[in-house]
Amino acid sequence: MSADGGVRTVVTGVGVAAPNGIGAEAYWAATLAGRSGIAPTTRYDAAGYPLRLAGEVPAFDPEQHIPSRLIPQTDHGTRLSLYAADEALRDSALDPARLAPYGMGVATASSMGGFEFGQRELQNLWSKGGRFVSAYQSFAWFYAVNTGQISIRHGLKGSSNTVVTDAAGGLDALGNARRQIRKGTTAMLSGGVDGALCPLGVAGQLSSGAMSTGDRADRAFLPFADDAPGQVPGEGGAFLVLEDAASAQRRGARDYGELAGYAATFDPGPPPPGGAATGLVRAIRGALRDAGMAAADVDVVFADAAGVPDLDRAESQALGEVFGPGGVPVTAPKSMTGRLFAGGASLDLATALLALRDGVIPHTANVSRPGKGHPIDLVTREPREADLRSALVVARGRGGFNAAAVVRRDV
Amino acid sequence: MERRIVITGIGAVAPGKPGAKEYWELISNGRTATRTISSFDPAPYRSRVAAECDFDPFTAGLGRQEVRRMDRATQFAVAAAREAVADSGLDLPADDPATVGVSLGNAVGCTTSMEREYAVLSNEGADWLVDHRYAVPHLYDHFVPSSIAAELARLVGAQGPVALVSDGCTSGLDAIGHGADLIREGSVDVVISGGTDAPISPITLACFDAIKATTPRNDDPEHASRPFDATRNGLVLGEGAAVLVLEELEHARRRGAQIYAEVAGVGTRCNAYHMTGLRSDGTEMADAITQALTEARLTPESVDYVNAHGSSTKQNDRHETAAFKTALGRHAYDVPISSVKSMIGHSLGAIGALELVACVLAMREGLVPPTANLHEPDPVCDLDYVPLRAREARVDNVLSVGSGFGGFQTAVVLARPEREAA
Amino acid sequence: MSDARATVTELTVEDLTRIMRESAGEDESIDLDGDILDSAFTDLGYDSLALLETTGRIARDYGVELSDDILDGIETPREFLTAVNQSLAAA
Repeated sequence: MSADGGVRTVVTGVGVAAPNGIGAEAYWAATLAGRSGIAPTTRYDAAGYPLRLAGEVPAFDPEQHIPSRLIPQTDHGTRLSLYAADEALRDSALDPARLAPYGMGVATASSMGGFEFGQRELQNLWSKGGRFVSAYQSFAWFYAVNTGQISIRHGLKGSSNTVVTDAAGGLDALGNARRQIRKGTTAMLSGGVDGALCPLGVAGQLSSGAMSTGDRADRAFLPFADDAPGQVPGEGGAFLVLEDAASAQRRGARDYGELAGYAATFDPGPPPPGGAATGLVRAIRGALRDAGMAAADVDVVFADAAGVPDLDRAESQALGEVFGPGGVPVTAPKSMTGRLFAGGASLDLATALLALRDGVIPHTANVSRPGKGHPIDLVTREPREADLRSALVVARGRGGFNAAAVVRRDV
Repeated sequence: MERRIVITGIGAVAPGKPGAKEYWELISNGRTATRTISSFDPAPYRSRVAAECDFDPFTAGLGRQEVRRMDRATQFAVAAAREAVADSGLDLPADDPATVGVSLGNAVGCTTSMEREYAVLSNEGADWLVDHRYAVPHLYDHFVPSSIAAELARLVGAQGPVALVSDGCTSGLDAIGHGADLIREGSVDVVISGGTDAPISPITLACFDAIKATTPRNDDPEHASRPFDATRNGLVLGEGAAVLVLEELEHARRRGAQIYAEVAGVGTRCNAYHMTGLRSDGTEMADAITQALTEARLTPESVDYVNAHGSSTKQNDRHETAAFKTALGRHAYDVPISSVKSMIGHSLGAIGALELVACVLAMREGLVPPTANLHEPDPVCDLDYVPLRAREARVDNVLSVGSGFGGFQTAVVLARPEREAA
Repeated sequence: MSDARATVTELTVEDLTRIMRESAGEDESIDLDGDILDSAFTDLGYDSLALLETTGRIARDYGVELSDDILDGIETPREFLTAVNQSLAAA
C-alpha cells in the first residue's frame, strides 16, 4: 500500500484574511490587480521604531464577524482566524454536523500566539498587579488558542493539533491535517492566520535583524531583488477545508485541487556562500516524490521569498538546482502582504489554488526583475496567464525549518 | 509491512533532581517535590507553591553562551535529550541526518524569558511602546518557541522533519503521537521526542490565579497536589522536560538496542466545548482511549496500569474518572490508576512526556507509582487510585491520558515490544 | 477608575449588566436588558469563566472579594448582587 493509504486529500473550502483583502475573492482580486496591503503602521505609534511599515488587515470590524461572547476573550489574530475558518467552512458547503461525531478536526500553526493580548496582560500585571490580569490570559495568548476556539465554534471534535515551526508552519499545519485524513478523519479545517503587530511583537521581529527599515511601502519588501532591503511583517493568512476526496465526491462538492505532496526538513545552518540550502532542496524533492511528480510537471512555484539577500539566494539556488535555471515560473504575491509568519504559507497555498482555478499566475509586486545570481523566471510587473495544473509552495522558518507542498488539479 | 515504533532511550529533568533515575527514585517512593516558589517572591499571588527543578545548567553541561541564549525550557530539553540519546546508544549525528526528526511538545513557549525581557523593554510595565533597543539579540527566539525544537535538532543533528507541537497540556503526549506518525509514514527512522515547559513565572501565576486553577494550599506545599482526594482544590504548577527516543522497531533491532516499550496506539479528540472547562461525562477522553486501544489492537481488559491526567482540580478528576468508566467498563474498577502530578505537579506541555517516562519505568521495574496525598478519596472518584505507596505489579500494557486547555484529549498506549505483530 | 468607584455602596443590576457585557460580551439571542434577575447565568449565556472575569473586574473596581464558597453557590444575578452588596455594606 502507498504512503497515503489510498486516501487522496482535496481542498474544498478557502477562507482568507489578508492585508490586501478580507475574504478569498476580495484578496484574489486585489492580488491580481497588484494592490498591496503594505502601508504605514496604524495599530500603534511606530514613529520611534526603525520599522514603520506593516501589512495590517484593514477595517476588520470584529463585531461584524465574531460572536460578542468571544470578543473579550480573543486576541485580534484569533478573531481573524475565526473569520477565515468560518469563510472556509462556508465555502466548502460541508456541514460538520452531518459527519461522524469525530469526523472533522482542526490543525493550525502559530508563531507568537495571541501576542497583543499577551502584551496587554503583561502590562496589567507589571504596572498594576496580578489582580488586573484577565481570566482569559490563560488561553488567549497561548499557541493552541486558534485550534481550540475554532474547534469549539464549529463543534469539531476530531483529532486536532497545533504546530510551531515559525513561518514553515503554514504548510506544516496542512501536512498535519492531511495525516489525520489519511488516518481516517473525513475533513480538517486547517491553516494559519497569524501575526503580532503590537510593539512587543515588533521588538521581537526587529531583533531578527531581517526587517526592512525604509518608509516607502513600494520599496520596502522586494524579494529576489538585487537590493532587497529586508522584510515587512504582516498579519493574516488562510484557512482551508481539507477533505477526503471520496467524501467530497460523494457529496458532490466542488474542489480546488488536491494536496498531492508535502515534505518537511531541517537545515542546521546557512548554506555555503552562493550554494543552495540542501535541506530546502530535499524538502522540495520530497514533496514532488510524495506527489509522484517530476520537477518538469510543476507549472509554477510560490516562493518563500524572504526578501533578505542571503536567504533569497539560498532559495533561488535551490529552485535552480531542482528545476534548472529559469525552468519554472516563480512568484511571490506576498510582496503585497508582507510576511505573515505562520499564516504566510497557508495563504500562498490558497493563492496557488486560486491560480490553478483561473489559469493565471499573480505577479511579484514592486520588483521589476530578479537580481543577478538568481537563476529563476520571476513573474513580475503583471499577472501571467498560463495553463496551470500544479503548483509548488515553499516555506521556511527561522532556525532552519523547511516545508514544501504540491497542489494539483484534476484535468 | 507496517512500521512499528519503539522507545529506545529516555531522559528527564523533573522537579527535584534532574535525571530519569532521580525522577523514578522520587515518584516510586511517593515523595513530592512541591515547595514555596523560590525563583521569585510569590507573595502577591493566591497560589504560591510549585514543583521546582533543582536544575543547574552548567552542571548539566551547557556552556555559557548556551545558557545566555536558551530559555529555561530549552535548557531542560537539551539536558533531557542528551540523557535520552546517551541512554539509547544511538550514534548521533546519524550517517544520514535526514532519517532523524524532532517532535517536541511545549505549551507556553519561553515564558520565563519572554516575561523577563518584557519587563526590561517596557520599563517594568510602564510603557506600551516598548523600547526595542534594550532587546537581547535572540528576543525573537524567546517569542517563537520553534526555537526550542531547532536547538534540539542542531544538538542531535536531525535534518528530517522538526516540529514543536503545542496543544496546551496534551503537548507532551501529542508530540509522541506526531513523532510516531513521522516514523510510521516512513519520513524518518528516529525521532527525538518529548516535551518541555518552564512556566513558573509571575504571568503564569497571575493567569492561573484569575481562573482559580491553582491550589491556594500555601501552608502545606508537600501535600498541596491531591489528585482524586475529596479535599483537592486545584493544581500545583510544575516544570521540567522529558525526552524519549522513538525508533522504528527493525532499526532498533538491527543495532541491538534496548527496547523499553512500543508506542502501540495514540488517540486524540477535542471536546469542542470550552477553552478551560470540562463536561463531567468525559465522553471525548473516553473516545480517545478507545481509539488508542483500537490502534494498539488491545482490549480494555489488557491494560495493566493507567497513568492518569489527575491534575487535582475538582472538575478534571471527576471528568477523568467518568472517562475511564466509559472506556474501560468493569475493568476501570480493577486496574491500578495513579497520578504522578501528586508528586511533580503539572508542567503543562512537558507533563505528558514525563508521565510516559514514568510509564516506561513502571513497565521495566514492575512497580506502579502511587498517587501521593490521597488520604480521603472523593466518593465521585471511586476507582483504584493507588494511594500513597507504590505497588508491585506486572505491567505489560499501559494507558496514559492527558487533557488540556483548548479541549484537547489524548490517550497513548504503550506495550511490551516482544508481543507478536498482529 | 477604581478610586472613583471606591465610594460606591451598591452594585445595581444595570452596573452588573454593563460589567458583564464588557467582561464577557453577550449572547446574541438573549436580552440582557429584560428581566434577568432570577435567570441562571448559564441561561444568560455566561459560563464559569465569564463569571470569574466579571468577579475579577468587580474586585478591582469595587474592592469586593467574593470567597470561593460564596461564588460556588451563586447561580443568578440576584444572588450575585446580594452577595456583592452585603460585602459592600459590611466594608
